[in-house]
Amino acid sequence: MSSGPVHVELLPGPPADWQPGPGEPRLPRPTEPRLAPRSAYVVQRFVKPNWLNRRVGALVERLPLARRAFTVAERKSKEDLFGCRMCGQCALPVTGYSCPMGCPKELRNGPCGGVGPGGACEVYPDRRCVWVVGYERAASRGHADDLRRLQRPVDHRRFGESSWLNYWAGRDDHLWTDNDGLASPPVMGDHQ
Amino acid sequence: MSALRDRLASGAFTITSELSPVRGGSAEAMKERARLLLGWVDAVNLTDNQGAHVRMSSWASAIAAREAGLEPIMQMTCRDRNRIALQSDLLGAASVGMTNLLFMTGDYPKFGDHPGAKPVFDLDSVTMLWTARKMRDEGKLLSGNELKPPPSGLFLGAVENPFAPPEEFRAARAAKKIAAGAQFMQTQYVFDVAAFERWVGALRDEGLTQRCSILAGVGVVRSLRALDFMSSGKVPGVSVPDFVQRRLRGVHPDSVGQEGAKLAAEVIAQVKAMPGVAGVHLLTAGYEKKVPELLEMAGIAGGRGPVEAPAPDVAAAGA
Ligand code: SF4
Repeated sequence: MSSGPVHVELLPGPPADWQPGPGEPRLPRPTEPRLAPRSAYVVQRFVKPNWLNRRVGALVERLPLARRAFTVAERKSKEDLFGCRMCGQCALPVTGYSCPMGCPKELRNGPCGGVGPGGACEVYPDRRCVWVVGYERAASRGHADDLRRLQRPVDHRRFGESSWLNYWAGRDDHLWTDNDGLASPPVMGDHQ
Repeated sequence: MSALRDRLASGAFTITSELSPVRGGSAEAMKERARLLLGWVDAVNLTDNQGAHVRMSSWASAIAAREAGLEPIMQMTCRDRNRIALQSDLLGAASVGMTNLLFMTGDYPKFGDHPGAKPVFDLDSVTMLWTARKMRDEGKLLSGNELKPPPSGLFLGAVENPFAPPEEFRAARAAKKIAAGAQFMQTQYVFDVAAFERWVGALRDEGLTQRCSILAGVGVVRSLRALDFMSSGKVPGVSVPDFVQRRLRGVHPDSVGQEGAKLAAEVIAQVKAMPGVAGVHLLTAGYEKKVPELLEMAGIAGGRGPVEAPAPDVAAAGA
């Protein structure tokens, strides 16, 4: 046994080909939506804030139990249909109903420069980039210009909340600019 | 103030180059590498842990490059820092007179030397550019808190890959960055000149090349091994079209580097003739010493050449 100073040695990290295991809950992965584009835009007509869902939303928000049940229902249905990660500030209406939070970089302003030649995700080459899918879906319904809006940064405090309740209560109004964002400098607004 | 901005505003064909920071803790080593480019290019990009490999930080390398006499462009990625750290580093950079800042999302950690690192990606390239513009023009942080004083004279840059799917959306994506605040934009390797022309054309039609200077990315495929690597799909964002591969694989394996340089020189000549293209950005991939040769070959070295490094006190006044 040697005496003297104790050497603390750092061991090398995981091997270079390390990948998160399947079902890894914390890291986002691209997920293709199961709701066809046409149906998605039809559903949009009902989910858009209107007098009815605004009132339902206000009512549900007043009752903690109802709010929880409502949030669980949103989670279950949107997880299944879109791979929703419950960011609480839904971007689907302007992304061709392809969830941007499935992007490993959580990009909300369009694809990074690393998309593979066939449209493969840079990080998970066996999956298609959420923005390639989103652009295709939006364009197929004449909504390609939706993707030109500038999306403001995500508020990480809102993860886990119901985005429908936030949408109906008007708390989502600032999420993106109009698609004339190109003409004059778009305003960022103040964000914590 | 930014000499790069002045150069671009003058309308002169501009040459920028990548300069990768060293893997080490010596400013002298960094300066030595920087001197290879002195006199040859108008500005250099100090990459920010490029390819998610740890290198000397881009701000420290940018200071070293400036001391060596070069005009630095400090790159910042959104991979390793959240909005707090990014804004604070931007203020720090501005405080030492770094005005050319270039923002990108960044390669995923899995491609680098610490593949188990936690990816941050709190902001993206668009929101980061937007934040920087807000800091400069409104004198406010993202939160709305006032800056006293705001960073002044910032010249904001971005990158784009015109060749990655969805190709029809790439000009729109560049347009988003320009709306957010980009004043100059460098692209990924241009091999497919026709595709690049379509992309620039779309920006030109919207009048965006007036608001943002476009620099076409050009690099030399230096060997068969380099070609195999670049076309393996393992380098994020880099793909070599089939017709280029056929051309490079068609020559004797020993002359691939020569052919690659010839190809790059041709690309430079072609993009130089395109309206709306302000210059080229040389993707050196660590081979800074080959830059002079490439510029000579492309016939754009006119008036450029090695210069003596400035005396240290002159460099310090460069801020
Ligand atoms: S709420 Fe957020 S995570 Fe869920 S689908 Fe919408 S954007 Fe994706």
